[in-house]
Amino acid sequence: MRGMLLVARRDLAGYLNSLWGYAVIAAVLVVDGLLFNAFALGSQPKLSSKVVEEFFYFSFGTTVVASILLTMRSVAEERQTGTIVLLDSSPLSDWQLIGGKYLSALLMIAAMVLCTMYMPALVFVNGKVSYGHIAAGYLGLLLVGSSVAAIGTFASAVSRSQLVAGFASVVITVALLVMWLLAKVAEPPLVDVFSYLSLFDRHYRSFMRGQINTEDVAFYLSISFVFLLLASRFMAARRWR
Amino acid sequence: MIEVQNLTRYYGSFAAVREASFNIGDREIVGFLGLNGAGKSTMLRVLAGLQMPSAGKVLIGGVDATEAPDAMRRRIGFLPEDPPLYREMRVVEFLRWVGQVKGCTRAAVEAELPRVMETCQLLDAADKVIAELSHGYRKRVGIAQAIIHKPEVVILDEPISGLDPRQIVEMRKVVRSLKKWATVLISSHILSEIAQTVDRILVIHKGRIVAEGTEAQLSGSLGTGTRLQVVVRGKLGACEDLLGRSELVEDYKLEAEGELIHLAVTLRKDDREAFVRELVEAGLGVRSVQDAMGELEQIFLELTRVAAAPAALESKQVPVRKEAEA
Repeated sequence: MRGMLLVARRDLAGYLNSLWGYAVIAAVLVVDGLLFNAFALGSQPKLSSKVVEEFFYFSFGTTVVASILLTMRSVAEERQTGTIVLLDSSPLSDWQLIGGKYLSALLMIAAMVLCTMYMPALVFVNGKVSYGHIAAGYLGLLLVGSSVAAIGTFASAVSRSQLVAGFASVVITVALLVMWLLAKVAEPPLVDVFSYLSLFDRHYRSFMRGQINTEDVAFYLSISFVFLLLASRFMAARRWR
Repeated sequence: MIEVQNLTRYYGSFAAVREASFNIGDREIVGFLGLNGAGKSTMLRVLAGLQMPSAGKVLIGGVDATEAPDAMRRRIGFLPEDPPLYREMRVVEFLRWVGQVKGCTRAAVEAELPRVMETCQLLDAADKVIAELSHGYRKRVGIAQAIIHKPEVVILDEPISGLDPRQIVEMRKVVRSLKKWATVLISSHILSEIAQTVDRILVIHKGRIVAEGTEAQLSGSLGTGTRLQVVVRGKLGACEDLLGRSELVEDYKLEAEGELIHLAVTLRKDDREAFVRELVEAGLGVRSVQDAMGELEQIFLELTRVAAAPAALESKQVPVRKEAEA
C-alpha cells in the first residue's frame, strides 16, 4: 500500500506541476458550465430534479473524456521518457505501480468532479432537490470516472505512446458505450451480456435520477478491477517477453 | 554476491545472452566489456530485475531473481545509460522519493541522504530542478538514485557515456568509492575506462562470456605478453645487451634520443618488477615505465576474433568459457 501511495503522490504532483492537469480540468469546467446553462437550465421552466438529472447526463460525457485525457499519459509517458526503468528496477510490485497510477488519476478526476458541484448547489439553493439525488449523481460520476480511469491506465500500460494510449482508451470506452445498441440486435443469451456491459444506458441512468443500485455500483467497480488487473498482468508479462 | 548459472535471454527467436555463467564476489568492481550489440545491456537488465531469464538462474546475495523478484530488486541499484529522472523534481526531493520507493523508511532516507549527496558530489545542486542540470550532474543524480537505498549490488550501464574528460575523472572517483560497501558492475565499450576502473573484466561477445580475468590475466593467457613503454638513461650498448639476454623479454624495439633511450618491450609474462630490477642492475636509470597504449584494445580484438573462430581456440589457449566452445 505504501508503494502505491508513493507512486500516486508523485504522479499527482506531476499532474499539478504540469499544464496538462489544469488544462483538462479547466476545459471540463467550461464545457460543463456552458452545457448547464444551455441545456440543463434552458429557456423553459423545469423541475429542479430534471435540471439536476440533465446536469448529470452531460457530466457523464465530460467525465469520460477527461478521464481518458488524464490517464493516457500515465504509464506511456514513463515509457517514452525512460523513467519506467526506475519503477521497474525498484521493489514495487506491478500491482502497486498500476494502482498508484490509477489512484492519482482518480484523485484528479474526483477533484475535477467536485469543482462542478457549484452547479447542482445553485439548483439546491434556488430550487427543490434532495441531497440524496445530488449525492447519488456524484457517486455515479465518480464510478464512471473510476471505470474509465482504469481503462485508460490499462491502455497506457499496453501502449508505447500517449496518443496510441488515448486512441485505445477511446476504442474500448466507445465499445462499452454502444453495447446497448448491440443488445438490441443480439439473440439471447448474448443480449443479456451486451446489455450488462453497457457503460451508460444500463448502469448510469439510475444515478442520474438519484437512485443507487448495488448492481450498478458492482458493475463499475468490477470494470475498474478487471482493467487494473489486466494492466498489472501486462506489466508483469513484459519482464518475460 | 552474484551467481549466474547458464543464463540465456531470448528476444523472440534471437538469443541476446547465451548460457552465461559467472560469479562475482563481495565488493568487487567488475566490468562487462563488449562491442555494441554484444549483449551487455541485456545481461545488466536481467541482473537488475528488469527482465526475467529465458533459462538459467540468477542469484543476488542468495536471492533468486525468478522466485523472489521484489526481494532481489531491493538489493540492486541500477543506472541505465540514460538516467531515469523526473525532470520537474528537485534533486533532494527526487532522491527522498526514490529512497522510499526502493523500500527505505523516511528516516533511513534522511540518514543516508548526506552521504549519497557527498559521494555523488551533488551538495551544490541539492535544490536545483533536475531539468536545469548539465548532463554530468544528471549522471550523478542517476548514480545517487541507484545507491540511495544502500544496495548490495550497483549496476551501471555505460556510466561515462556523454561525459567530458573532467566529468569522466569525477565519475571514476564516484564509482571507485562505491566499492567500499557494494559490489559494482559496469558495462562499457570504452576499453580504457574499463581498464582503469575495474578489478576484473568479463568479455562478452555475441551473447556469450568469452573470457574473464584481470587485464594482465587476459593478456597473459592469450600469450600476448605485457607490453611496456620504458624510458631509461644510459648507454645504448648496455641496454641492447640486457634486452638481448634477458629471459623476461620476448620482443623489443629501442630508439635513442640523446642520453635517453625509448624502449617498447613485450615481456613473456607480467614480470614488470623483475624487469625494472634488471634495468637498474645493468646501470640504466629508469625514467618512466608505463603500459603500452592499446593493450586492452589488442586483447579485446584478439579475444573476440578467437571467439568468432572456434577452430583457433585450442591453439591460442585463451581462457575461453565452455559456452564459447559450443
